[in-house]
Amino acid sequence: MSFLAALSADADIVVAQNVFFAFIAIAMIYAALRVVTTSNVVHAALWLVLVLAGVAAQFILLGSEFVAVTQVLVYIGAVVVLFLFGVMLTRASLGDDESVAKEKRGMAAFVGLLLFAVMATALIDTFEDNRLVVEQPQSVSTVSDAIFSKHIVAFEAVSVLLLAALIGAIVVARKD
Amino acid sequence: MLLNQFLLLSAVLFCIGVYGVLARKNGVLVLMSIELILNAVNINLVAFGALTADVGGEVFALFTIAVAAAEVGIGLAIVLLIYRNRRSIDLSEADLLKG
Amino acid sequence: MPTVFATLAPSSVPTSSTVTQSANWFLENAWLVPLLPALSFVCILFFGKRLRYKGAELGIAAVALSLILAACAGVAWLDHRDNFVLHNTTDAGVEAVAGESYVAVQNSTQWLQSGGIEFSAGILVDGLSVMMLVMVSLVSLLVHVYSTDYVSDDKRYTHFFAFLSLFTAAMLFFVLSDNILQMIVGWELVGVCSFVLIGHWWEQKPNSDAALKAFLTNRVGDVGLLIGVITLFFAAGGGKTFDTIKINEAIVQGGVSHSALVVASLCLMAAVMSKSGQFILHTWLPDAMAGPTPVSALIHAATMVVAGVFMIARLYPVFFEGMQIGGSSINVMATIGAVTLVFGGLLAFVQNDIKKVLAYSTVSQLGYMVMALGVGAWTAAVFHLFTHAFFKANLFLGSGSVAHAVHSFDMKKDMGGLRKFMPKTYVTFIIGSLALAGLFPLAGFWSKDEILAGTGGWGLFGGTGGNGTYTFHLLMGMFGAALTAAYMTRCVYLTFHGTYRGGHGQHHEPHESGPRILVPLYILSGLAIVAGLANLPPGFQLVNNSWTERFGHFIEPVGSSYFPKIAHATPSWSLAVVASVVALFGAVAAFYYYFVKVDRLAKTTQQSLTELPEGLTESNALAGAGHKTLVNKYYLDHIYERGIVAATKGPLARAAYWVNQHMIDNAVNTTGETAVKMGRSMYDLVDQGVIDAFVDGSGRVSDATGEELRQINSGKVQNYAAILFAMAAVLAGAFIIIFAF
Repeated sequence: MSFLAALSADADIVVAQNVFFAFIAIAMIYAALRVVTTSNVVHAALWLVLVLAGVAAQFILLGSEFVAVTQVLVYIGAVVVLFLFGVMLTRASLGDDESVAKEKRGMAAFVGLLLFAVMATALIDTFEDNRLVVEQPQSVSTVSDAIFSKHIVAFEAVSVLLLAALIGAIVVARKD
Repeated sequence: MLLNQFLLLSAVLFCIGVYGVLARKNGVLVLMSIELILNAVNINLVAFGALTADVGGEVFALFTIAVAAAEVGIGLAIVLLIYRNRRSIDLSEADLLKG
Repeated sequence: MPTVFATLAPSSVPTSSTVTQSANWFLENAWLVPLLPALSFVCILFFGKRLRYKGAELGIAAVALSLILAACAGVAWLDHRDNFVLHNTTDAGVEAVAGESYVAVQNSTQWLQSGGIEFSAGILVDGLSVMMLVMVSLVSLLVHVYSTDYVSDDKRYTHFFAFLSLFTAAMLFFVLSDNILQMIVGWELVGVCSFVLIGHWWEQKPNSDAALKAFLTNRVGDVGLLIGVITLFFAAGGGKTFDTIKINEAIVQGGVSHSALVVASLCLMAAVMSKSGQFILHTWLPDAMAGPTPVSALIHAATMVVAGVFMIARLYPVFFEGMQIGGSSINVMATIGAVTLVFGGLLAFVQNDIKKVLAYSTVSQLGYMVMALGVGAWTAAVFHLFTHAFFKANLFLGSGSVAHAVHSFDMKKDMGGLRKFMPKTYVTFIIGSLALAGLFPLAGFWSKDEILAGTGGWGLFGGTGGNGTYTFHLLMGMFGAALTAAYMTRCVYLTFHGTYRGGHGQHHEPHESGPRILVPLYILSGLAIVAGLANLPPGFQLVNNSWTERFGHFIEPVGSSYFPKIAHATPSWSLAVVASVVALFGAVAAFYYYFVKVDRLAKTTQQSLTELPEGLTESNALAGAGHKTLVNKYYLDHIYERGIVAATKGPLARAAYWVNQHMIDNAVNTTGETAVKMGRSMYDLVDQGVIDAFVDGSGRVSDATGEELRQINSGKVQNYAAILFAMAAVLAGAFIIIFAF
């Protein structure tokens, strides 16, 4: 069964979801392309905001509200600001990053397309028409229960990792 | 909705991120491209979580977000250090590994 | 301390598990033994500098208490082994389990739980771990006492004792582990302590280099360790268990696929090779002698380096089945051990640094242990581990005593004739050397003889009956015995005999060491004499049969549910005599060279000599080349540093050119000479026409290839990343093509 035929054989509510998905996805891909092609570093950061917001919207479509909110708070709120700080502190030329060598671009594009071809083949071959049914969003309490019972060790490990990253960032970046 | 539409979107984002990592010279832009890759992975995790109705996918997406935050912190610290040592964050000039 | 007992042996398992949870207090609570040094580590770190003896008293007290507890556990084990009757609770009530009564004591508690898998922490006490507890805490205590004198004016004295304590705790923790995850923790902890203590004087570049080398070489083996443990985790016992007993039981009952065991045993063997200094990954061990001598004695001779041997002994079913030790005539483990023992012994012969002689000797003796395990002589290997700890610690501490007096480790430059100055050290060193050389009736004789008998290769006068006929390994072991005797004779001559060559710019003559150095030497040399009596061979006519094979009886878990059925070799009088004669021959040859020829020449020329001027190495080109290879340690370090590291850089072309010059040209010449006989025209045609074109062409091709390959090595990270991603994509594509279409 072809991919598009499967896509169009859905009920009304699902059609609406699909339309939203397509809209957001196209915006995300365009924004992502701009992130990696624009010559202005600050513009790239702003395009990145658009991609991240799109990812958050996809999370909502998938019924994962808590992850979507975390995505907005952590990524758009903190990570992008960090990037902007990084741009300012390194006084990277705000104007352009034009000097990307031509052959390097060609090589990178080739590798990217090769990867995509392999992944797309594998995905379409494996999950031909597996359907997602998202009836209601996952409640936050389910997520928290899972984090603090089944995955408690991983949670502790992540907290230690964050501490290590905190100390590591200070040690690496301080002047001595 | 199909599972594949999310997976393919994530694959596109991943490959764009790989392109950015390989082609960009500015260290900060390379880090941004890595963020694209990590977000692509997160979409995968949440989509598979929705498919199997397992909350584990979401939990690990949250862990990935935490790890990504740590990664950006350390990554920018390293970029700052490179900038301080070489007055440039052009990665194509950092070739001390040359054989 | 609340203890949640692990649930053991589900009732569906046909043969019941020979493990108990309740036993003598000392066996149940053996976890106190590693806990005490761990506490002392923390205390020394925080309060050590403020104490009167700068922390040493804490370490000594803790290790002494550990030794007492371990000894009590040992005594309790002797009773437990013979008198404990295992009871199983069934529907009909409690009933005694018939049969052999080798019952291990396991006491574990849940450590953590994640993703539905439980991780436990606990102790497994059986003969093997009790023996290790006693041995480690005893040697550690002696080394602690010795160190109070040896490093007395060191600026990091407190730090030194803190890490000695941590090491002791880690090693004891390792040997008590009841699951392989915990074993990894102990394994890495002893590795860290080894790293820190090798680099104790890190201000000097060679020392910190040696520490790094030890650390990195061990990481190579750790890759194997991790893969092996993961394989066992998924393969054994229905999967998802780290429990040593359960894994072993599953393998003994035949419930684990053979291919998984092959993978696991080979991966774990890599770990053993790095930790226990087996050939090709042994290079870190001699360099580790950069650390203080007490550390070399404790960590790099008696305890840590046998961790690999211990792991094989603990997980013996994995190796026994994986390597098919029962009934084969050659296997990877036995061969690695045999090669190591001979090569290590050869290398020991050319060292000038007394500690390096002992280090290569350790490599060689570890080779004996690994070989013994490889041929199925479990008890012999563990027994050799036990006796080796005493006499090798004795020798190391003796060399430290000597170095303390002459402030150098160089036998040729700064030693010689020390017999007169340090008679007490001399006597203990001689005892250690004789024990190491395996001369009757010292400790090394008994253990080495058992290993040789265990190879089952002595078919001449009876005395077979091992797990296979390992004749090659028997011969290597014999050769190694001769080598051992020879290099120890050389070492003793250079250190203690002849005339004193040191004292350049020194104000005083060397003098005997103080009591804190000598008393540990006395105790260890005493043990080096008597330790062999622990396992007299069966049928030994001089004593009652109830005195023979005590060690094997108490240590070897024969008849327990977690040990494979191994065959025991019968010892043979003729083998013992022949092995002794071979060792004596080695000793006498070296004795003749050094004590007679060199000594006589030295007396006539009034010089202090270390070798004959027109010695073997100079007069014989082949021997000279061999000597040079040995001095350069088989060029292994060169291969690692220049070969592997630099080969990627560009000399591919040069290497190809060399092959071109030496090998292909030879072929050309030979062909040419043949062709002359056949006719000039043929010669011109074949040689000038075809082969030269081929030669030139291949040269040019390899030259161009090298040049091309050099381009890849641009140093630009993004190029590497591009190759990485592209290769990952290609690999994934290959998988898709293989599995999907």
